[in-house]
Amino acid sequence: MSAGLLTVSPSPHIHTDLTVPQIMRGVIIAMIPALLFSVYNFGLGAVYVTLLAILFCVVIEYAIARYLLKRPASIYDGSAIITGMLLAFNVPSNLPWHIILIGSAVAIGIGKMSFGGLGNNPFNPALVGRVFLLLSFPVEMTSWPKAGATWSLDAVTSATPLGILKDGLRAGDTVPELMNQMPSYTDFFFGLQGGSLGEMSAFAILLGLIYMLYRKIITWHIPLSMLATILLMTGIFWLIDPTRFANPLFHLLTGGIMLGAVFMATDYVTSPFTHRGMLVFGVGIGVLTVVIRLFGSYPEGVSFAILIMNAFVPLINSYAKQPRYGSKSQRHKAYQEKLEKEVKATP
Amino acid sequence: MRLNKHKTFKTGGIHPHDNKLSAQVAITPLPLPKMVTIPIIQHIGAPAKIVVNRGDMVKTGQIIAKHEGFVSSNIHASVSGRVGVIEEVMDSTGFKHMAINIRVKGDDWEESIDRNDALIEEIKLTPKEIVNRIMEAGVVGMGGAAFPSHVKLSVPEGKHVDHLLINGVECEPYLTADHRVMLEKPKEIIVGIKILMKALGVQKAIIGIEDNKADAIEIFQQLLKNEKHIGVEALEVQYPQGGEKQLIQALLNREVPSGGLPADVGVIVHNVGTTFAVYEAVQKNKPLLERVVTVTGKSVKQPSNFLVRIGTPVIDLLIAAGGVPEDTGKIVSGGPMMGKAIADLDVPVAKGTSGILLIPKAEASRSEIYNCVHCGKCIEACPMGLEPYRLLIMSKKGNNKRAKEEHILDCIECGSCSFVCPSNRPILDYIRLGKTQLKKQKNV
Amino acid sequence: MNEVILYTVLSLTGLGILAAAIIHLVSKKFAVQEDERIDKVEEVLPATNCGGCGQPGCRAFAKAVVEAGTLEELHCPVGGNAVMKQVAAILGINAVERDPFIAVVRCSGSFEYRKKTNIYDGESSCKIAATLYSGDTGCAYGCLGMGDCVDVCDFEAMYMDEKTGLPVIIEDKCTACNACVKECPKDILELWPKGKKNKRIYVACLNEEKGSTARKECAVACSGCAKCFEACRYDAITVTNNLAAIDPEKCTLCLECVETCDVRNIITVNIPDEKIKSATDHRIKMEERARKKKEEEKLAAQAAQQQNGDATKQA
Repeated sequence: MSAGLLTVSPSPHIHTDLTVPQIMRGVIIAMIPALLFSVYNFGLGAVYVTLLAILFCVVIEYAIARYLLKRPASIYDGSAIITGMLLAFNVPSNLPWHIILIGSAVAIGIGKMSFGGLGNNPFNPALVGRVFLLLSFPVEMTSWPKAGATWSLDAVTSATPLGILKDGLRAGDTVPELMNQMPSYTDFFFGLQGGSLGEMSAFAILLGLIYMLYRKIITWHIPLSMLATILLMTGIFWLIDPTRFANPLFHLLTGGIMLGAVFMATDYVTSPFTHRGMLVFGVGIGVLTVVIRLFGSYPEGVSFAILIMNAFVPLINSYAKQPRYGSKSQRHKAYQEKLEKEVKATP
Repeated sequence: MRLNKHKTFKTGGIHPHDNKLSAQVAITPLPLPKMVTIPIIQHIGAPAKIVVNRGDMVKTGQIIAKHEGFVSSNIHASVSGRVGVIEEVMDSTGFKHMAINIRVKGDDWEESIDRNDALIEEIKLTPKEIVNRIMEAGVVGMGGAAFPSHVKLSVPEGKHVDHLLINGVECEPYLTADHRVMLEKPKEIIVGIKILMKALGVQKAIIGIEDNKADAIEIFQQLLKNEKHIGVEALEVQYPQGGEKQLIQALLNREVPSGGLPADVGVIVHNVGTTFAVYEAVQKNKPLLERVVTVTGKSVKQPSNFLVRIGTPVIDLLIAAGGVPEDTGKIVSGGPMMGKAIADLDVPVAKGTSGILLIPKAEASRSEIYNCVHCGKCIEACPMGLEPYRLLIMSKKGNNKRAKEEHILDCIECGSCSFVCPSNRPILDYIRLGKTQLKKQKNV
Repeated sequence: MNEVILYTVLSLTGLGILAAAIIHLVSKKFAVQEDERIDKVEEVLPATNCGGCGQPGCRAFAKAVVEAGTLEELHCPVGGNAVMKQVAAILGINAVERDPFIAVVRCSGSFEYRKKTNIYDGESSCKIAATLYSGDTGCAYGCLGMGDCVDVCDFEAMYMDEKTGLPVIIEDKCTACNACVKECPKDILELWPKGKKNKRIYVACLNEEKGSTARKECAVACSGCAKCFEACRYDAITVTNNLAAIDPEKCTLCLECVETCDVRNIITVNIPDEKIKSATDHRIKMEERARKKKEEEKLAAQAAQQQNGDATKQA
């Protein structure tokens, strides 16, 4: 006889290994290639900003959980680290520390903990922080250091390709003229462009995507539907007037689309439950992004698009349901009719 | 991705590691125990009525409790000996039920039982007689639910059945009882299928076997080469393929309507173990008094498949499999996904006990619960296409009416949602609670 | 410029007046005629919306009272007789006095008396554990100790005693709203008459198994020995299915049964020990007297027999 009492619990008695901390660790690993690329591009600034953001987020979450909500700290699940990393990925690599602190406080405090912590926030916390900073510190948030320029902290600033495009078009230039001022598509793909810390390299982000798909952390539905929508919409506009609208590949590789599609929109908490819902969500983000980029006053619209679609998630959840077993069957209809007949026949 | 992909069910499903440790171990009969405890309710339906008294001598195969009503089942003495106390004992359901103790003396069988191993192929009985014989023999579904087989064979009027499906899926990890029966008694199973087909009057039967049991698939393909009416279908491994509804979807692409029976879509499903029991009941006149039980677990010294008399205490099986390891934290009667944890080693083996699984202490308790992160994995996994996270919330709040509208009663309690939940949320616990409360309300 | 302001002000004023008129008409047209007394009754009710009266909330209760026009079948357990008197006054009908009730815990199988036989590791909820199996101790009737009753109590009138693992009811706070009684899957909690001067006794066990089995499972289980039954002179104690139960209506609180119980599982509340002791003394005295009387009778009978015998001998 074994020592001690036996445990009794309801079935199932086995459980998957993919638990919340495991998933969070997986996401962090998936973000590392993008981080390495930005270190290569921007040097120490990227490391400095990322570490600061992570530190602030974790400390703020710990403090709020411990001293404000008076409950055990929830930092061990790793979600605060991800929020910090994503926030860092969304800001220029030369952002002063006090702005990072404000961003982290807004992201964790308002974006996440005010709703009750992990799992209860309707909006992506990192994006809440990012948009808050963008609106509060427009100058600091839009002066990006030049890519691949230097390893020092005070680098020369440059505009992003999207910024150049928007300003150029406003000034009356045509797209082909503006394209000549920009790096090549291979540079875009590998990340040699101006912009926020983590959004540079489509290649590095795709590596992360492949890793997350392989680990079954996310499914293909949101990234693919979002990217396909953007490709399709920008393609249509490009075909209509190539002098006013940039080609789809340019749109796909610049700005935060890749980062948004892979790491931001796929956030479990703020995306729909079902595959159907995810497709709707992805398409919605795609449409909004393109509309903001092409017709809005901001050069970039991914953050806004994702936040707007976040608000629609509860609605999507209540309509986009999974097909239920037995609901589609032809026999089922016949069965229902028969039942109805029987009901009618009985007096 | 493989080119010749096998069939499987379409809605939901998960892929736990199958851990079939005892797949290559032949079935060995367990020595007769000293004492058996036979609960009078081992099936779904009304408990049987006890027809023996304390002190009576009984023979192996003698009826000791008769079925009460149609949805009920006969209980036979699985050993010969003297009837001891008749009292309430804890059985594998976790509750106390009336049970008959028999102190074993010798091995004296009822004379009407044919104990010869020779295969009898000719089916002499008429369909009605077959169903009667199955009812008398107390055959119940041996996949776990233990639904009386004669009830399934009596198709309600106005329903037309065109397919008999034989469930050789055994999708529960660890369990190998059905697999071994298929390997060792394939000819008997085929005769059993023919008996069932005759009883139901159907022209088509399909045996569904998951492709992790390639040897069993091969044997049946060989034996059924010249059979027109019986087919074998290899199925892709996916849990819970052994669920009746999932098997029907996988093999025939039909869906049983909500609240309906397989007969509504023209199908009857029987487990291979049951089919073998039917063969023995009809051809050998042998009631259901023993069954194959897998004793397994990573810590078990000799994972085995035993032929066990009904009513044998679990401890006897464990000793035969090399004893109970020191670090045992949990003992499950059945598979790891749907089995019930037992607290007591004297719990008897019942007709529906397909396996005994030992789980070490380190894996016995649940891990920390996190908030729901809305990952949607439970929805992805649910083979019935429900929204488990939503049902959990409703059930927790006691909103059973709303839960019913969300089809909580369709849940087959396969445990896929709780298995995949990354936050370790007790989803099935609450769904089961909601279902129990709704059923209670209905009864009131 | 002035014109713009003028037009704006005028049009907005017009719009406002129009909207006001519409709202006025609608409120007239769709006004719901409700008995004014419903509001008045609702005002005196405790507004806890606990459902203890059997109605879904206080307003529903008020409505039901006004419709019924009598207080025979309706009673607010939370407000008690004082509130019901007020209600009766509002409606101008006779108040019906009812004895106040309180919830009691009919299990005394604390950790000390009732050993664990396994470790429950599912969701911490009695209801869920009850759907799974008979419990983590040998006793299939006892308290599961996960505090569903405490969670459901709206009045903070209960807490789980960590030493015993049993719920405790705080006498002053319990309103007998019935919520815990409905919640408990093992029916451990029961509403019991609060008793005169809050004095009451009850049997704190529900185990219906045979005495020996029950005692094996729990050291203080009722074994159905019927000693209390024999001691009761008022037929207030019944023993069915190996379980003694006290009928509060018949019980006169004579307390003579209390100490007959081997395991002292007849729980007394608000009764000083001396009283129990004197009752026991009284019982013993009475028993002694009865025994003596019996002996005397026996002796007398023997004497009579002897006399008879002598008589026959003489004859």
